[in-house]
Amino acid sequence: MSTRKTLVVAGHGMVGHRFVDAAIERGLTEQYDIVVYGEEPREAYDRVALTSYYEVGADALSFLPGGTYEDPRATVVLNTQVTAIDRAAKTVALSDGTTKAYDVLVLATGAAPFVPPVPGKDLKNVFVYRTIEDLQAIEEAAKTAKAGVVIGGGLLGLEAANALHKLDVETHVVELAPRLMAVQVDDAGGATLKRHIEKLGLTVHTGVMTEFIDADQDGVEDGKVSGLKFKDVDEVLPADIVIFSAGIRPRDQLARDCGLEVAERGGILVSPNMQTSDESIYAIGECAAPGGRMYGLVAPGYTMAEVAVDALLDGPGEFLGADMSTKLKLMGVDVASFGDAFATTEGSLELVYSDAVAGIYKKLVISEDCTKLLGGILVGDASSYGILRPMVSSGIALPENPEDLILPASRGTAQIGMPDEAQVCSCMNVTKGEICTAIHEQELTDVPSIKQCTKAGTVCGSCTNILKNLLTEEMEKSGKAVDKSICEHFAYSRQELFDLIKIGELKSFDAVVEAHGTGRGCDICKPAIASILASQFNGHVLDKATVGALQDTNDAYLANLQKNGTYSVVPRIPGGEITPEKLIVIGEVARDFNLYTKITGGQRIDMFGARMEQLPEIWRRLVDAGFESGHAYGKSLRTVKSCVGSEWCRYGVQESVAMAIELELRYRGLRSPHKLKGGVSGCARECAEARGKDFGVIATEKGWNLYVGGNGGAVPAHAQLLASDLSKEDLIKYLDRFLMYYVRTADRLQRTSTWIEQLDGGLDRVKEIVVHDALGLGEELEREMSRHVDSYFDEWKATLEDPEKVARFVSFINAPGTPDPNISFTEDRGQIRPVTFDEPVSLGSSIPVGAPQ
Amino acid sequence: MTKTADFTSVCRLEQLERERGATALVAGHAVAIFRTYDDQVYALGNYDPFSKSSVIARGIVGTRGDIPFVASPVYKQAFDLRTGACLDDAGVSVPAYEVMVEDGVVLVGPRKR
Repeated sequence: MSTRKTLVVAGHGMVGHRFVDAAIERGLTEQYDIVVYGEEPREAYDRVALTSYYEVGADALSFLPGGTYEDPRATVVLNTQVTAIDRAAKTVALSDGTTKAYDVLVLATGAAPFVPPVPGKDLKNVFVYRTIEDLQAIEEAAKTAKAGVVIGGGLLGLEAANALHKLDVETHVVELAPRLMAVQVDDAGGATLKRHIEKLGLTVHTGVMTEFIDADQDGVEDGKVSGLKFKDVDEVLPADIVIFSAGIRPRDQLARDCGLEVAERGGILVSPNMQTSDESIYAIGECAAPGGRMYGLVAPGYTMAEVAVDALLDGPGEFLGADMSTKLKLMGVDVASFGDAFATTEGSLELVYSDAVAGIYKKLVISEDCTKLLGGILVGDASSYGILRPMVSSGIALPENPEDLILPASRGTAQIGMPDEAQVCSCMNVTKGEICTAIHEQELTDVPSIKQCTKAGTVCGSCTNILKNLLTEEMEKSGKAVDKSICEHFAYSRQELFDLIKIGELKSFDAVVEAHGTGRGCDICKPAIASILASQFNGHVLDKATVGALQDTNDAYLANLQKNGTYSVVPRIPGGEITPEKLIVIGEVARDFNLYTKITGGQRIDMFGARMEQLPEIWRRLVDAGFESGHAYGKSLRTVKSCVGSEWCRYGVQESVAMAIELELRYRGLRSPHKLKGGVSGCARECAEARGKDFGVIATEKGWNLYVGGNGGAVPAHAQLLASDLSKEDLIKYLDRFLMYYVRTADRLQRTSTWIEQLDGGLDRVKEIVVHDALGLGEELEREMSRHVDSYFDEWKATLEDPEKVARFVSFINAPGTPDPNISFTEDRGQIRPVTFDEPVSLGSSIPVGAPQ
Repeated sequence: MTKTADFTSVCRLEQLERERGATALVAGHAVAIFRTYDDQVYALGNYDPFSKSSVIARGIVGTRGDIPFVASPVYKQAFDLRTGACLDDAGVSVPAYEVMVEDGVVLVGPRKR
């Protein structure tokens, strides 16, 4: 007899998904088979980021691409709704006509948009704003619409208005209350927000009531929306689209129908451990009402999901209410509200800073004795939210001049008077004291290293500006200027040097040092300048006149230096695709030169243990067999990894192998600030792990999604979505621009992830430049890339054709045939490995030494 | 092999690239020889005490203040071309050898004191 039990989850939204995730992670699936029913045609997605659907598409928002959990004991059934609960029989009825028995039932049915009973609400082109299907319908209607109205000026309403505005529809926002975002901000804050939104070209109507929605004259019932009539206003506001976003109501009908207790104002009543009045049934998220109150934010829903899992594991977790603080960017405007924003505490005082011209409004609510911060509202500039909100929860004493906390930086900074205990990063719980200590003790001089060292700013990033300010402040305190020079020879950053070299058309290190530097360079500036010269002029890296003496040892010998002074040899295998003939050649070469072979994570074959003087012979064999340099030694494009793609894989939707090969060949040889890797996956299963790469391409039904800024290494980073459903042409265009912009502006040895992080505006800035061409640089960057592509040549082949270059590959200048006695090998697992000596080995004087030629 | 007193000729000056090293075999030892921008020639032991491998000649040559130096290609420690002293780690050095150029021929002499 099976002892396994069945747990049914009704609803696969954000909270239902979180529940299943937590259940798998915490081992609830050891006891339960979990089945989730989702009524939408797709798995759970990021509803909070719903508006970005128009930019990034549905796949990018999905929490479970492919629709399956890694744990097979949890399954998702889509397009299926739980329609009734039989508590006595412990079964649920499903919309497909079947029933399903449960041991435990979790209701995660969420909430539905509230549509007030306005005449005309059922007309064509009247929408709500809740699901991807809603957005698709709005998008379709927007194609022929001139004007649209959003009813509701709250958080969701403004999101909807923004979306409509971006669809090129003249947009009106209609709010019954006297101000926008009435729940979060006060009158003055609402007015500031309204000015911002109107500046963007939207029209805001506050304090107005909708009397009815008007229809086309000819089609009375089935007719399309034609306008909106306000109460006490004579004329009708013309509109082709109406979107209701006037709040949400918990979806508790299932619970009501089966007799579970519900709260007075809606929502399924649950105990602090999320149990309903039936102990086998739990409710979580917006459909639940812990203590009689429903929460319309996702964070409390996530907490409820965790608590319910804990309860099912007999844990002590309880839901004790939630922090309703919010910080968001609405149409580019910062809005934040936290703590007792409306000064309801008895005797509380308000401190207000308002700059109508700049569109900034800040209010602090402080205790009667002026010692504690109770809450606040920030509109137009919420940069101090990261400091202020924790001041409320931790009860830190206010500084002597609390107005400094909201005055603009020119008149005082938020940091002044901030005690060391103040929490700067609330995500990772890092205090000001810890950050300042790290800056001094580790001698940190830039924000990325502060992040790396303290973990502050690594989650939501909202405290990055504070980190920057703290750094400047601390460095000034110790009398240091924030220095961007790459080394003692050049008082410029890599980006500045790049521009100076480009503008001055400087083509050699000598020319650069003469024009802008001092001394004769070092191991920092020389490779950096070599890389800049190579990206701009793409000459041969061993050319004496330009870059020959600048290269680091890897570039200087076109191979990777290994620990015993030997080199590894890595021929290019684009996309990891290789013929049996070529595999045999690699095997023969490795055997003949007694090299250690290893298949790498980048889908190539490394051959280790080559002595410097063997490199030309080895490469001659490889070049003759059709191989070329894999640039494993350069700060340049390494590999573009791929899965097997649609030609072989039964899941692939696009040909990832062909794409990976094309991209690898296109960008091969591109010298860059750091090594670059790419990946292409043929479907959302992501077998190429493309999002761990500097650029990752993932096939969708409609084209390609492009992710940027991923890497492995000491500080791994996941690539982020730049654009979706691209055609091949657009994909290559954006990649050209992205890579060239990175090559141009990144610091020395700065990976794409940290580069994006350090750009003002981060990924959004990259999008503006690469996708929207905000700087008008697009064509220039593409042109530079096509010059690189056109001028590519295989540097190993070219080296072998030039006796002067080959001449460098000798063990001893006066004894070219004598191997370096310091190199020797032993064997492990049937292959060579280096032996390192503790002392240099002396050769006897009997070894013949050649005379100068 | 020609020897002038204790000096061994190893190559012609023009065989050396400016600001790069080459390795020569002198009395059974691997010696790294460098020709700087202003045509000074220096010789150091080729053995890098940090990485325990014979690689100094393959490092990048430059200046630190007025000191001509080579950075080991493995872990990048800098060595003074004139004395062999490690600029990044006071107790460490590599041997430095006397060098002279006569009639365009580079000669490596005894270890400097």
